[in-house]
Amino acid sequence: MAALTLSRSLFEGDESFDPAPFVRRDAKGIARLELLVKGARCANCLAKIENGVKALDGVREARLNLSTGKLAVTWTGNRLAPAAILRRVTELGYDARAYDPGAYLENEKDEGRALLTCLAVAGFGSVFVVGLTDSVWYGGGDMSEATRNLFFWIAGAVSIPTALFAGRPFFRSAFKSLSAGHANMDVPIGLSILLSLALSVYLTVLHDKHSYFDAAVMLPFLLLIGRYLDFAVRRKAKGAARDLAAMQAVTVRKLDTSGLPQSVAARDVAVGDRLLLAAGERVAVDGVIEDHGTTADLSLVTGESEPVAIGQGEMLRAGSIVMGRAIVLKASARVENSLVAEISRLIEAGQQSRSRYVKLADRAARLYVPVVHGLALSVFLFWFVAMDAGITLSLKYAISLLIITCPCALGLAVPAVQIVATGILFRRGLLVKSGDALERLAEADIAIFDKTGTLTRGRPVPVNLQAISQSDLKKAARLARASRHPLARALAGAAVVGDVASGVRETGGEGIETSDRGLSEKLGSAIFVGATAQDMHQSELWYREGTAAPVRFAFSDPLRSDTPQTLRTIASQGLKIEMLSGDRDGVAATIAREAGIDQWRGQTGPVEKTHRLEELRKGGHKVLMVGDGLNDAASLALAHVSISPGTAVDAAQAAADMVLQGESLAPIGDAIAISRQARRRVLENFAFAIAYNAVAIPLAAFGLVTPLIAALAMAGSSLIVTLNALRLAASTGGAR
Amino acid sequence: MPGIGFLIASALLLGLAALAALIWSLRSGQYDDLDGASERILNDDD
Repeated sequence: MAALTLSRSLFEGDESFDPAPFVRRDAKGIARLELLVKGARCANCLAKIENGVKALDGVREARLNLSTGKLAVTWTGNRLAPAAILRRVTELGYDARAYDPGAYLENEKDEGRALLTCLAVAGFGSVFVVGLTDSVWYGGGDMSEATRNLFFWIAGAVSIPTALFAGRPFFRSAFKSLSAGHANMDVPIGLSILLSLALSVYLTVLHDKHSYFDAAVMLPFLLLIGRYLDFAVRRKAKGAARDLAAMQAVTVRKLDTSGLPQSVAARDVAVGDRLLLAAGERVAVDGVIEDHGTTADLSLVTGESEPVAIGQGEMLRAGSIVMGRAIVLKASARVENSLVAEISRLIEAGQQSRSRYVKLADRAARLYVPVVHGLALSVFLFWFVAMDAGITLSLKYAISLLIITCPCALGLAVPAVQIVATGILFRRGLLVKSGDALERLAEADIAIFDKTGTLTRGRPVPVNLQAISQSDLKKAARLARASRHPLARALAGAAVVGDVASGVRETGGEGIETSDRGLSEKLGSAIFVGATAQDMHQSELWYREGTAAPVRFAFSDPLRSDTPQTLRTIASQGLKIEMLSGDRDGVAATIAREAGIDQWRGQTGPVEKTHRLEELRKGGHKVLMVGDGLNDAASLALAHVSISPGTAVDAAQAAADMVLQGESLAPIGDAIAISRQARRRVLENFAFAIAYNAVAIPLAAFGLVTPLIAALAMAGSSLIVTLNALRLAASTGGAR
Repeated sequence: MPGIGFLIASALLLGLAALAALIWSLRSGQYDDLDGASERILNDDD
């Protein structure tokens, strides 16, 4: 599978980024840093990066994991600056970012290993025990009773420890759900394993012709395959979402007591710290501007697409981006108490209301568990009381019923489909963070979109290029490449490739100038180049060569190229479309018209958005919310199902059920179509499982099932359910 | 009979040996980067 397509904008951060705060040193003085490297795909890249970094002074080991894109570097001594490693990887032509993994990553690795270990043990047990017991079923006629019993005892000696070991994930989950007062699917699974072991031992003691040791180990083996696949998909999705979040956990430049900037992790910023913020940098914590006014892009906070002027002494919220002059910000809250934290409380409230949603599998389990247990009990009572068959035989029939109705098919019905569906969507650029999100998406009947950063790119793009001559663009872009200002970057991006101006002087918040070609050239604000500003509501950049007439570049935040097409697809799938924007009515109206949306509201803050969602929910609608900003996070959590673009703030990504990976919105339409097909496949699987049980239960109840048939039926039903799930991949064309 | 006893015992030992080898490879992180492993084989100096 191709490496993850991480959103580009995150790598466009500032080059002054110093990963020093993320270096960890162990007791022996060995320093360790993890970098997330983008673009490495082949053996060549691997060798180039690893050897390039190893050549640095003091580096002991550099190892790049191609599956996760993480480069782990260890070194000794203090001579090597962490920023030098980052610089080296960048020089080699790859984007790199420091990565702050946090502790829970290791836990997850352990969980995967534990599941694989259980699976391996169950596989070993299955092969061995089935080999022994099968020889009894097929060659039983020629076998002496002593040999048969010896085989069963050996099978028991292997299957009891392996089944108990491999069944631990089920026992644990069953115990947890029982102590919470309800029964999930793992209760009958755990019960079947324990009962079939106990019954088999009992039967072998009695020198019976049958035993169920093979069923007891095959049951966890088959189910663990599904469990592990499910885990693998979830880990991949969660891992990528976390990578994005970990990268946003960036460093800030803090001014120390002597006024010198010093790089610290955003999480270590204390109230009262003075932070230096240059143009293009994102504000990590809430703070008050200390020195002078500037302009800032508040689109992620309020949804407003145009930069806003902010004066000295005013509050700047976390998530804003400084657009104008560099400022000194006095932190007024720690990261966890910044606006993000406020929003996360709203998110929690929203998620609680969503947790009332009952998954299909749980609804099935609610029916299944009492029915099967009730049936097993009545079969036992029927044979024991009514037929007077004796306790051994009655118990045996009751347990074979439990085994044959083994919830393999039911247990696989949902995860098998979800694995296939999330796998397809993952390859198409959509991370599904929870399995039941697909079920909820299939039910959605209204799609609500945020504007800035969702329908639009959330980044300025020059809009009047057709009015500008190619040579002016080239000359302006030469200067623009020397600046990190967002507008300059947008201009450089529009001109694609070219050389960079040298000897550039930058006047913070005003513009840049050079005279390296003998002529004075300026790129910046209208005042800076000596022109008059035209439209206050449009971002602009002026270029002037010597005393020639100044050239004006206008910028706006355009629709994503596939927005109208995606909206048409979604509408054709029967969803009503509505836009809720925090932006001014005028801007919102233009975008709504371009995107082809009739239903829209401008100037809606975070609270109004949640009110609208609440209103729709009371009206019986199931809302799909798509948004990217802090102002959307609460709505994302409250909605029936939610999607956020990969460029969204981490609070929004955390709140959303699914995260888009690329620039395109098209995977949303795919996701709706696939979620509906997945729902159909799940229902088919349930129908099949019910039909299977309808045949198997009477057979077992009347004592007509041998262990071999039970084992075959069990494996066969799991296979059919899995194949039906795979049909999803075939019908949707799998990876595109 | 002694033949069967020997066969069963050796099958069990072989199975356990394979299981132990798998668990060892799992714990030593050999399954952590499958994409990288398939590319790394092309590098001479590794």
